[in-house]
Amino acid sequence: MSHDPLSSAPWHYASAPEATDHVLLDERYELFIGGKFVAPKSGEYRPSINPANEKTLAQWAAAGADDVDAAVAAARRAYRSVWSKTKPAERGKYLFRIARQLQERAREFAVIESMDGGKPIRESRDVDIPLAAAHFFYHAGWADKLEYAFPNRSVAPLGVAGQIIPWNFPLLMAAWKIAPALATGNTVVLKPAETTPLTALKLAELIQEADLPPGVVNIVTGDGTAGAALVAHPGVDKIAFTGSTNVGREIQRRLAGSSTRYTLELGGKAANIVFADAAIDEAVEGIVNAIFFNQGHVCCAGSRLLVQESVAEALTAKLKARMASLIVGDPLDKNTDIGAINSREQLQRIRHYLDVGVEEGAELYQSAADLPGKGYYCAPSLFSGVSQSDRVVQEEIFGPVLTIQTFRTFDEALMKANNTRYGLSGGVWTDKGSKIFKMTNQIRAGVIWANTFNKFDPTAPFGGYKESGVGREGGLHGLDGYVELGHRRGKS
Amino acid sequence: MSRDSESPRLSVAKTYKLYINGRFPRSESGRYFSLSASNGKLTANVSRASRKDFREAVVAARAALDGWSSSSAYLRGQILYRVAEMLESRSAEFVAELRDQGRSQARARTEVSESIDRLVYFAGWADKYQQVFSAVNPVATSHFCFSLLEPTGVVGVLAPERSGLLGLVSNVAAAIVGGNTVVALASESRPLSAISLAEVLQSGDVPAGVVNLLTGFRAELAEHFLSHMDVNAVVVCEHDPVIDDGVAATSAENLKRLLNRCDRDWRTATDPYLICETQEVKTTWHPIAP
Amino acid sequence: MAELAVVERAAAIPADALHAPVDTVGVQERIARLCARSIKKESKREALHRVLSMIDLTTLEGQDTAGKVRQLCRKARCLDTELPDLPTVAAVCVYPTLVGVARDALAGSAINVAAVATAFPSGMAPLAVKLADTAAAVEQGADEIDMVISRGALLAGDYEQVFAEIQAVKAACGNAHLKVILETGELGTLETVRTASMLAMYAGADFIKTSTGKIKPAATLPVTLVMLQAIRDYHDRTGRAVGMKPAGGISRSKLAIQYLVVVNETLGPDWLVPERFRFGASSLANDVLMQLGKLATGRYQSADYFSRD
Repeated sequence: MSHDPLSSAPWHYASAPEATDHVLLDERYELFIGGKFVAPKSGEYRPSINPANEKTLAQWAAAGADDVDAAVAAARRAYRSVWSKTKPAERGKYLFRIARQLQERAREFAVIESMDGGKPIRESRDVDIPLAAAHFFYHAGWADKLEYAFPNRSVAPLGVAGQIIPWNFPLLMAAWKIAPALATGNTVVLKPAETTPLTALKLAELIQEADLPPGVVNIVTGDGTAGAALVAHPGVDKIAFTGSTNVGREIQRRLAGSSTRYTLELGGKAANIVFADAAIDEAVEGIVNAIFFNQGHVCCAGSRLLVQESVAEALTAKLKARMASLIVGDPLDKNTDIGAINSREQLQRIRHYLDVGVEEGAELYQSAADLPGKGYYCAPSLFSGVSQSDRVVQEEIFGPVLTIQTFRTFDEALMKANNTRYGLSGGVWTDKGSKIFKMTNQIRAGVIWANTFNKFDPTAPFGGYKESGVGREGGLHGLDGYVELGHRRGKS
Repeated sequence: MSRDSESPRLSVAKTYKLYINGRFPRSESGRYFSLSASNGKLTANVSRASRKDFREAVVAARAALDGWSSSSAYLRGQILYRVAEMLESRSAEFVAELRDQGRSQARARTEVSESIDRLVYFAGWADKYQQVFSAVNPVATSHFCFSLLEPTGVVGVLAPERSGLLGLVSNVAAAIVGGNTVVALASESRPLSAISLAEVLQSGDVPAGVVNLLTGFRAELAEHFLSHMDVNAVVVCEHDPVIDDGVAATSAENLKRLLNRCDRDWRTATDPYLICETQEVKTTWHPIAP
Repeated sequence: MAELAVVERAAAIPADALHAPVDTVGVQERIARLCARSIKKESKREALHRVLSMIDLTTLEGQDTAGKVRQLCRKARCLDTELPDLPTVAAVCVYPTLVGVARDALAGSAINVAAVATAFPSGMAPLAVKLADTAAAVEQGADEIDMVISRGALLAGDYEQVFAEIQAVKAACGNAHLKVILETGELGTLETVRTASMLAMYAGADFIKTSTGKIKPAATLPVTLVMLQAIRDYHDRTGRAVGMKPAGGISRSKLAIQYLVVVNETLGPDWLVPERFRFGASSLANDVLMQLGKLATGRYQSADYFSRD
């Protein structure tokens, strides 16, 4: 053609940082106990670090066993004197109000979430915060309808729920825990994760502003010792934990012989199975969402890719090309696909596994992403040439690291998918409906995504088989973990 | 010859063995324990299962799981109903056996009748609990999302001590109607009904390995039920000092589901929530094209 | 190359190229994610310049006259008098009867003349008529021919007819470049869009194009993504680069930039040039100019300050 072409030089997206001037963080945050912000008895504070630049965002109070004790006592008082006497419909209205206030302040929460945890603003803005609000909104409506969830049974709260949440979805996990507990009439002591306490503390402020009766929700920041104190506390009627399988196992050891109820949402090593007849481009996109969403800090991540041999080569080429287009960098840049790894410790753990994989003889591909000089970052990584017995195939890495294995037949794929101690999630990609149902029926896992991955909704129960956990959260079935069922009067 | 015909006929006593994988082996250990009537007379020698017998039973239950869990709800309901028919036809024997183990005639008759009715009750749930307890989830995105119940897997049952037949039947029926397979340890003081029940299960077309019944001592076997890595759930029906915190804690090794049914009144346990307790909820998502 | 770029018959197209599943929800999610890209500052200015250079400034009305086409060509040559360093558009697109007028009006410029041919927009004419239509446009001086495929034949499964027509029109084009309009708004599914894309490319298309602009929906981002993926897969197989032209309904800069993002992250910068990507549009250029005016002055602009032709 005759006209003067522009060069086909790369078109770089200019940085598009989310504004932070509307976000106010205090220098120091106290414990939220009995409706008030109180100093920890130890007087000890620790910093919360922005993993994108290693700067301190704020100091948080390190709760000890005595602080946990005070929080449990406050929750018990609130349960006895107020919350158990509050009409269910009124309980619901508090939750509706919290949902609304969270929606009003969504952007502020999203920015803080990205600063505190390193996740891209695109995700905190479009996933974490809207879903957190949706959880409150969904559970609000259950408060006065619980008899319909449990046919032919009366429903009573358990009392005080102790809740321990992880750092990968800080506010969303707080919502997952608090909303159903309150809807069912329990009071709460919540312990956020050490590296990401800030949005939970902002939620405490919001809860205060929403006029929730003091002590109904208590938030105690702390490390593992605070969590252990909560688990061991005799005044707690139920423990809800989301985190690693090892800690979950410790909690079950501790509580198995006791009358304290527990639900555990633990680790995973999900198979994501792509058949030759799948829509390959959409499968590639699904693989990316499955493992690189939230830097791979996702218990239900599709970390084991199983591809039918006949399309493995073509799919791998497309996957590598797609990985190369992922933008790794500043979590607050609206164009960032992969933000910062949550902490120095987690980055070290991921790097350790990258070394292990290479030592085991796997071939490592990493996209040539420009990583910022400061902060904790990891390029999206793909291990090929792995076998079922490799540690990188068996163990949860909790980072942007995918392994790829091939299979020939349906049965081989199923066998490899189920050959794990975990059972949290799984993915299937095929254009054939009957094959989808055959596979989704036989994968031993609590959440199965067919031709999609990493979808969450407050109406959809979530939880694991086997070592991935005990009990469900979300949806109708998630209510079960917070109620005591009784026989209705006059019925057997 | 006339003297012979006048002497009382010697009855043929039943040998009570274990029930593993559809067969009736003795304990591999060769051990037994004796049950005596209140007058001190021997009622029966009962096999005393070892941890190896338990291990074999778990292997059988695991092997049977795929087939049983994928059988249709209708079929499972029919098989449970068939078991009820078999029990009905042999009810006199079960009443006598309960009497031998110390029940009064009236209570023995009630327990057998209730056990038959309990089987019928759960048979009827086979093709209904899924409808009542599953859900279609109205998610906000363009996906068809549903949650249904799937069997937890291999369920260990440490059966109730007093309710030797009805308690056992209730726990086993609730587990298998939901597609699980079972290894149960019978009541120590009333173990005979379990083995007779095994004969009923076998003749009722319950596939081999779906239910495995052991007799023996909780003090010896409970820890193996709780610590076995291929058992997915354990039902505990007795407050028992041998199942102390330490033993219970071993359930955490594979995060098995630990179900406490210690304070149940088994006479009133017509309860579909017993089925739900040995089910996992599986949530499946699929896109809906616009 | 591993495979032939152009084949003799539709039956010779590899089956896995011609038919591949496409998941509509997955495509929409991908588009939603791409549309979340935030294009600011220098990257926005660069994008707007690229968009201008890719426009096929189009008038396809029954009421078109020589006067209307001359005005459009004037606009094509001089998009704006005040903004500096603007590129020109890529082409002016008209009906065959007005090709000569456009050719004369654009003489001496680098702007191409494109003509819609083959009984546009329905394509419901005998092949001989379509070929004559094409030949006439080329003879009048068209540099590019935008043909329509026989959608009826495609939907009836007669791939050979669709293929043979494209092949014949390509031959009639001579040196003119051939853009093949799939009219995706009539094809029903994204799978059919992909199949039609492959038929067109294996038959020799230089560009594949979404729409005539006479049917709604015209161009959409999901359809464009699927066509771009087909172009990429075809390129991977054969080594031949085919261009893409969404047309109809793209009148805003923001949307045009989203198209560029989709191209950039599907085929890469090699396709971010007018030789490989075009917009079929009539009112897009002025919106782009307004955005450039805003970037240049810092003030939001009014349509009254930009010439409309």
